[in-house]
Amino acid sequence: MIWDPLLLTLKLAMVTTFLLFIISIPLASWLAQTKSKLKPLIETLVSMPLVLPPTVLGFYFLIAFSPGNTFGSWLNEWFGIKLVFSFPGLVLASILYSLPFMVHPIQSGLSSISPSLKEASYLMGKSKWETLWKVLLPNSKPAILTGIVLAFAHTIGEFGVVLMIGGNIPEVTKVASIAIYDEVEAMNYGTANFYSAILFVTTFAILLSVYLINGRYLKPFWK
Amino acid sequence: MIDIQIQKKLDSPTGQMSLDVDLSIEKGQIVALFGESGAGKTSLLRILAGLLRPDTGKIAVNEKTWFQSEPKSFSLKSQERNIGFVFQDYALFPNMTVLENLQFAAGKKGTINLEHLLELNELGDLKHKKPKNLSGGQQQRVALARALAQQPEILLLDEPLSALDDKIRRKLQQHLLEAHKEYGLTTILVSHTIEEIIKLGDWVIELHQGKMVQQGRPSELFASKEIKEKFKVTAEVLSIELKNDSFEAQLLVQNHVFTMAFSKKQGDSLRPGDRIVLASNDFKPNMYKK
Repeated sequence: MIWDPLLLTLKLAMVTTFLLFIISIPLASWLAQTKSKLKPLIETLVSMPLVLPPTVLGFYFLIAFSPGNTFGSWLNEWFGIKLVFSFPGLVLASILYSLPFMVHPIQSGLSSISPSLKEASYLMGKSKWETLWKVLLPNSKPAILTGIVLAFAHTIGEFGVVLMIGGNIPEVTKVASIAIYDEVEAMNYGTANFYSAILFVTTFAILLSVYLINGRYLKPFWK
Repeated sequence: MIDIQIQKKLDSPTGQMSLDVDLSIEKGQIVALFGESGAGKTSLLRILAGLLRPDTGKIAVNEKTWFQSEPKSFSLKSQERNIGFVFQDYALFPNMTVLENLQFAAGKKGTINLEHLLELNELGDLKHKKPKNLSGGQQQRVALARALAQQPEILLLDEPLSALDDKIRRKLQQHLLEAHKEYGLTTILVSHTIEEIIKLGDWVIELHQGKMVQQGRPSELFASKEIKEKFKVTAEVLSIELKNDSFEAQLLVQNHVFTMAFSKKQGDSLRPGDRIVLASNDFKPNMYKK
């Protein structure tokens, strides 16, 4: 069905963004306040997907999780998890690939909050966790929104990683960006244009809404 | 009773400085920390609050150890010290209204009457506003009320009144005095202003380059002992110029500027920025009621 790749893209982006959000909150808050010597190393790893060709990530992912390898076959035999050419594999790769887009905005949002807010909360007897949820995160709303939207949009725009580890299986791993490539290869420009136009308009609308909201242009409608 | 005996190396604008303090503070007092900026006043408050860890020494409050470096290194968490802290930037939570800020500080104990606290600080009408919609003086009152809402035993204030204009400052000093009495606090405040310290403080401790240089009652400490005159004010010379045979100087006393004439001999050594003491044995000024 013609809508399948689009629905799959949407599902992938939503699942990835949701899981990324859960992972990124503790990671970003750790990075924002740690004095650990490991910080530069972790920051580098988080930022790698920004500069690394997606094919590199996909390639190593493929090698690591291939059932032909020790680790991949162990996962398959013990947990019945097959990450190569499957939707869960796609989600895992997307999480790694979009990690900086979620972590960076949240980290910088948290870092820009005056340290005295955190200290005031501690002096009121509040734990680190309660301080994070009730003071730090509510005061980083624009940064969190930016992170969510960028991660979502970036997952929609994925191509290389998905192709490497997902392949091109209809209804399983054939997302819209791959479907476009596929249709162009088959000279079906009409279908390719259909997918492309939808992705173009969707990502434009998503990014525009972030800039409008964070720029306070929509203040009367958004509290 | 607070006993502090600590040492800590600090980075100051003028290079490394060693904060080395040994002092006791009686329960129920208002103690002012006085000294130029960079003397270690704020660091001392932060150490007491557990926000900064001393290198060595010990802190005990009502016989209970809060910090010790030996025999076994121990530091009570900030969360468990029950300190009300008014930060220089007030540190109000922007996502909460005035009332919510107070409720967050009060926690679930809920034994304090927040409405009364709001009224005491004249915040009743503002309780549903967010901090960003308040003036500096209002924010300061919220910060004070919020620190009281958590029912602390010790209240620490880091130059809370420095950014405010004169009228509001006097009003807040009054609020602070009332709250200190009503809630039976031990209060330590950092201040540059001698007037403020004399008005509020029971005791003043002067720090210089991380060391205590003197301490005592404010009225005694700030009145230099050699001069026995009945009337005495400290003034700063703003400008001075020679007119005919005498000097005419503009002087700043607290926040008032006035002009005064000096003889050639007196005025010769004066430069703008000098601090002088004006004293008289036989002072009969004209007086008007305001």
